[in-house]
Amino acid sequence: MSASLLQVRVWRGGATGAFRSYEVPRRESQTVLDVVTYIQRRLEPGLAYRFACRVGMCGSCAMTVNGVARWTCRTHVAKAVVHDTLEIAPLANLPVIRDLVTDMREFFDKWARAKGRFVPTATRRDDFAVVCPDRPERRAADAAIECIGCGVCYASCDVVRWNPAYLGPAALNRAWTLVNDVRDGDHRTRLAAVAGDAGCHACHTQMGCTERCPKEIAPTASIAGLKRATARAAVKGEL
Amino acid sequence: MNRAWRARNHPAYWAFLVHRLSGLALAVFLPAHFLVLGQALRGEAGLEGALRWTDSPLVKVAEIAIVVLLAAHLTGGVRMLALEFLPWRDWQKSLAALAAGATVLFGLAFALALVGGG
Repeated sequence: MSASLLQVRVWRGGATGAFRSYEVPRRESQTVLDVVTYIQRRLEPGLAYRFACRVGMCGSCAMTVNGVARWTCRTHVAKAVVHDTLEIAPLANLPVIRDLVTDMREFFDKWARAKGRFVPTATRRDDFAVVCPDRPERRAADAAIECIGCGVCYASCDVVRWNPAYLGPAALNRAWTLVNDVRDGDHRTRLAAVAGDAGCHACHTQMGCTERCPKEIAPTASIAGLKRATARAAVKGEL
Repeated sequence: MNRAWRARNHPAYWAFLVHRLSGLALAVFLPAHFLVLGQALRGEAGLEGALRWTDSPLVKVAEIAIVVLLAAHLTGGVRMLALEFLPWRDWQKSLAALAAGATVLFGLAFALALVGGG
């Protein structure tokens, strides 16, 4: 640890605003969320930010730290700091409500637009579905299922920035898990939903999502899977 | 490092940039290429003049750049096809490195042949 004080610049305001500087004592094993919490509790009580679980499960504390989208509760200052300075901003590609809080509605609305809801084919009176863990579909769903909806991938995606209608990596990743769910009853509608101009084929494979996902999911792999699945469906005349 | 670039500073983004920019550069080169070939329509002398111009050292060096661009675009395209059509593995960075390595190899081979042959 080179300095006892961190220079922290935090975004204040909405879409228009400015960075304000604070000095925060450097601590061992300090996370970026610890820094933001220190500022709110000791220096700037009016600072708005989101967090809940603090252990990387809820996906609510993602912010832009020195230009990179990160989950702040599991990001040590040592990993993100540059010359004893942190610049903390709200997530990119989402409207800013105030300070570090973004409006996530569009992000989650896109999950709905990608038909990210399970459509059951059985009732409560049916027996449990048996899905073999070794089936390729199950393995593909497993690889993508741990998404916590933090929005880091969405904020790291240039295609979202260029094409605001683009469904984005998280929604497409969710769709891919359901395309591989053998119990789901509406694959065709889902594939049609993700096959349009704003769907999987809009991805430029820059892999920012895969690079930044804190859960180490590869949305690029899910999107590639959707591209193959939609192409197959189109050839069969199902789209 | 610029903050906007810091978020994009990873191998897959470089691979995207190289693929896109090499494609654009080749798209700009193609009309010039056809223009030179089109000189043949006006007779042997016109084409001969254009071909003599390509013998100048500066054009020879530019040819290496064209070959590197072609190689970069080709290997980048093959990488993309592998990425999208082969089962996903955690080898994507190796794939980008392989494409970059093959590009350098093509460029060097062409440059050496040019020097050796010239």
